[in-house]
Amino acid sequence: MSVAANSQPDQDDPAVRAAQEERLRAVWSPPSGLFLRWTDTNNNVVGIWYTLTAFGMMLFAGVLALIMRTQLAVPENDLVSASTFNQLFTLHGSMMMFLFAVPMFEAVSVLILPQLLGARDLPFPRLSAFGYWSFLIGGVFVAGSIFFDAAPDGGWFMYPPLSTNSSTAGIGADIWMLGLSFIEVSSIAAAVELIVGVLKCRPPGMRLNLMPLYAWYILVVAVMILFAFPPLIAGDLLFEMERLLDWPFFDAKRGGDPLLWQHLFWIFGHPEVYIIFLPSIGIFAMVIPTFSQRHLLGYPWIVLAAVGTGFLSFGLWVHHMFATGMPNISLGFFSAASEAVAIPTAVQIFVFIATIWAGRVIWSTPMLYGAGSLAIFVIGGLTGVMVAVAPFDWQAHDTYFVVAHLHYVLIGGTLMPLFAGLYYYWPLVTAKKLSDRLGRIAFWMMFVGVNLGFFPMHISGLMGMPRRVYTYSEALGVGTLNLLSTLGAYLFAIGVAVVVVDLCLSPQRQHVPRNPWNAGTLEWLEFAQQENWGVRSVPLIESRYPLWDQPDFVRHVDEGRYFLPDAEEGYRELMITSVLDARPLQVARITGPSVIPMIAAITLGGVFIFTTFHLYWEALASGLTALAVILCWLWTGTGIIPEKAEKHAGLGIMLPLYASGPTSPGWWAMFITMTGDATAFAALIFGYFFFWTVHTDFPPDPLPGLTGPGWYWPMLALALILAGWVLTIAARETNARGKVWFARVALAVAAAANGAGGLAGLAGPWNSGLDPTRHVYPAIVWIMAIWIATHAMLGVIMQLFVLARSLAGRMTPVYDGDVRNITLYEHFLALSALITFLVIGFFPRLA
Amino acid sequence: MTDHNPDQFSVFKPISRSLLRLIFGPVLALLYGCTGIQSTFSAFGVEAESTRSLTWVMTAAATVITIGVLWLAWYAARTPASQLDYKGGMRVIFWFGALGPTLLLSVLLVFSLSKMRTLPTGTDDLKIAVTGEQFWWRARYLPVGGQSVETANEIRIPVGRTVAFALTSPDVIHSFWIPGLAGKVDMIPGRTNDLVVRATQAGVYRGVCAEFCGLSHAHMAFDVVAMEPAAFEQWLTNMAHPATGGDSPGRKLFESYGCSGCHTIRGHIEGATIGPDLTHFGSRLSVGAGTLPMTLDAISRFIRNPASVKPGVMMPDFREISDKDVAVISNYLVELR
Repeated sequence: MSVAANSQPDQDDPAVRAAQEERLRAVWSPPSGLFLRWTDTNNNVVGIWYTLTAFGMMLFAGVLALIMRTQLAVPENDLVSASTFNQLFTLHGSMMMFLFAVPMFEAVSVLILPQLLGARDLPFPRLSAFGYWSFLIGGVFVAGSIFFDAAPDGGWFMYPPLSTNSSTAGIGADIWMLGLSFIEVSSIAAAVELIVGVLKCRPPGMRLNLMPLYAWYILVVAVMILFAFPPLIAGDLLFEMERLLDWPFFDAKRGGDPLLWQHLFWIFGHPEVYIIFLPSIGIFAMVIPTFSQRHLLGYPWIVLAAVGTGFLSFGLWVHHMFATGMPNISLGFFSAASEAVAIPTAVQIFVFIATIWAGRVIWSTPMLYGAGSLAIFVIGGLTGVMVAVAPFDWQAHDTYFVVAHLHYVLIGGTLMPLFAGLYYYWPLVTAKKLSDRLGRIAFWMMFVGVNLGFFPMHISGLMGMPRRVYTYSEALGVGTLNLLSTLGAYLFAIGVAVVVVDLCLSPQRQHVPRNPWNAGTLEWLEFAQQENWGVRSVPLIESRYPLWDQPDFVRHVDEGRYFLPDAEEGYRELMITSVLDARPLQVARITGPSVIPMIAAITLGGVFIFTTFHLYWEALASGLTALAVILCWLWTGTGIIPEKAEKHAGLGIMLPLYASGPTSPGWWAMFITMTGDATAFAALIFGYFFFWTVHTDFPPDPLPGLTGPGWYWPMLALALILAGWVLTIAARETNARGKVWFARVALAVAAAANGAGGLAGLAGPWNSGLDPTRHVYPAIVWIMAIWIATHAMLGVIMQLFVLARSLAGRMTPVYDGDVRNITLYEHFLALSALITFLVIGFFPRLA
Repeated sequence: MTDHNPDQFSVFKPISRSLLRLIFGPVLALLYGCTGIQSTFSAFGVEAESTRSLTWVMTAAATVITIGVLWLAWYAARTPASQLDYKGGMRVIFWFGALGPTLLLSVLLVFSLSKMRTLPTGTDDLKIAVTGEQFWWRARYLPVGGQSVETANEIRIPVGRTVAFALTSPDVIHSFWIPGLAGKVDMIPGRTNDLVVRATQAGVYRGVCAEFCGLSHAHMAFDVVAMEPAAFEQWLTNMAHPATGGDSPGRKLFESYGCSGCHTIRGHIEGATIGPDLTHFGSRLSVGAGTLPMTLDAISRFIRNPASVKPGVMMPDFREISDKDVAVISNYLVELR
């Protein structure tokens, strides 16, 4: 950052401003036309598609639930068969979790995060679009399976051996694993986008402690996604290796263990609950100050509580496994941790209560939904404390008590707050308010419906009704309770239908002025949908509620008196600031509409879908196409060398147009992605040591086919990969010192070393004849070697890509982001190769 | 009038009575309604009784807390602006949000930790090995010093004695749950889990599979009979005996239809271990793992088309079997006592 030498454009002159607006409008104009409009990548548009799709998934999954409730209305009913019922509850749970709750968080965040930060878009708009298209393809694939009687039917937790045995689980299990893995990948893509957005795209002056609370929640939740989803993806990988190739990870007869899946699933599954609950608290943190007309009381408290909840949520997954025969010490520990998570939750609730206590409450429709959520959520939270107590859980676990508990939590803690958010943010997106009358009618139907539907389930569960039964005996005496539950479910559904009607009527309603609720946070600067550019100028922030606190704030923004009021070079530009204190660092140029994300999603989706149907050659072809498309995306859309080094960013400062290393968003995206990747790797290592700790025959006696890979090949592989790593670092350093040719040679040799290292890693188990179908030991050794080999090959592709960039003049000693980013990748590769080869080469001997 | 007039309080009685009914009626009705053959409220074992009291304590506390929080929220919303300053707000968050829950949860944790301990066991306890199989239960009684006895789909235990279950599964994960006796324990392939119980009251109850295990998860139950120790010993002695009765037409049909390929009837047809042991089938309370009553019709129905009763069941159907044959087989089975 340097101070601009020459004078600034005169923002007092309306003609100057009009010319600036014209240029901004042209640069940010959305693509039009029947097909081209779908190539848009702007967060406003992608966010709306994303939100609507997720909402549609919720309605679909809700209809599945109604069919189930109809079946259970009376004892011994035969409306649907056991097979259909199993598909219904599996798909209901899986869709609500993977196709509604998580995508909805990402959708809403993509839609409003730039507004919350006074930014024009997210740092990687094409990544958002890619995430959306992946979600759509994977979602339709998974949800549509029920129309072919091929939906997954093993429960949303897909426990092996029920779901791995080919005799008890059909193609539905593969659709679940592969379809949802694809969506998990897109969720991680969105998480990377959101974390970088929050950390690097805040407006100047918005230090972390001035950030709007929803942005804090986005940060916490996206980080949680980054650590929670990879163990599940690792589990999915093991699961599919067992299903497709008969590698016995979960088969007890061959040394595997079904409990490993439960651990990996719930290490994901419990944080998942908080992943979908915390964003809704974040919505309240935006709504409540507005309708209390004051700052939120206890900002540090609620931020610490959110971070604390996220942290604790990774330490209590075992409470889903209390009945699996845990030692008492584990029970006590996880019981305590599960109860402890109630404390930060209580802090968040009392922050809200203190705020409305101190302020003057305006009883708007969003506040009504807020109050209703509180009532429902408190009950769900308290039954949660009850099931955290192990002896009680032994009775309640896998009964309708838990069904009641989780629906109270998720409806009170996720769905109703989302409706609050819907009524609150609808004017931000459409410039129209929803009907208060219909909103209130819908609220009361839902509120009564939830309680009528789910409260009786506490009792039916304790009266002995297990979950996931397609019918029940009259002798249980739970017929009346179930009938009430069914009535409640229908009432709730009618309430949701009223909201849908309200949404459909919205186009006919009157426009409302900007900021209709008189809110104090940045997103309300937006003129809903009138301009695609977001904010007229990127503001300088001094307060948590700048619209309330900073004098003439809105006028200054609108008159372009802050940063980036113009698009004089004809590029879409964002302010990049520092992570902690939001000092301006860079003006980043981002890409506009493109068909590439859609094609990348289609071809990558093809890999998962073809694999489901065992069409391996087609999957390979699709995968290679995806690789080519992604390389094309990176070649044309990233690391573009600007025509000049710096530009005026406004308010008299000059900022560079290019950054590399930790200053740049790309470096952070690589770092965050690799953190997720390392988490998946850690889950595999966890698997290795899990087998070792729970089974006496791990590793098994070194019979033929079970002999370990020895130390020679693993150590050779390690040496080669470490050489590739050192050479990549050397390439980065020599390139920066201008010795371009040295760097190019180093990259080429590094690629050769990495490739040879990956192959040497595979040669170990290959040469010792390890047979992965015989026992879990060879299987896990093979999977770890394959993991490293695949990563080494990706490293080779990256090294050759950077080499080509250098040769093509797209990477120079100054503009060297590419080589810095792949060096970061190599750090992670070197670390995981080190761990892998030490473990598979030496551990069996030393153990 | 010096005599005590019994009608003197008659004015109050209906009032107090109706008041009592009004207050306790729903509670009692609820409690009465909650009892049942498969209810955690109909506790007949040490652990279920202890958990039931834990349930009441936690429910009461949860009710008080819910009402308290909602009342406070309502009060806070009604209070005009600026009645609570910054310091006051911090105090609300600290006391109600942080410290209060911490203290309450600590008390709960200490209170509940003691209930996590398993009952003490001794060497002379009765051991029963139960495996959950799609979709029925194999039970092997291992009395101290006695011979082991295999039976299926019914668990009988003596009142007042400690019983140790060893639980596992050969196929998929099931969960062994007798709500009135104790909490559930999973039956996991490759592992054996223990459950130690002690019944306190004799009676007939029901257990059920609590972990989703496939198509007929809903039809995987069993009868549980808690018996006085003497009666139990007599029953177990009877169970140890092979089936009585010699060559009967039913037995021949049982063999000729191939039933003996899967089912053992000790003393008659031995060796098969695929399906449930039927040695004393007629003495059981239900057919098809707690699915149908023990009647001739139900047995016939099950033999003809088991999948119509239990979808996904392993047993093949015998739709072509004649009415006469199925009746003979059913009669034969029901007489195995």
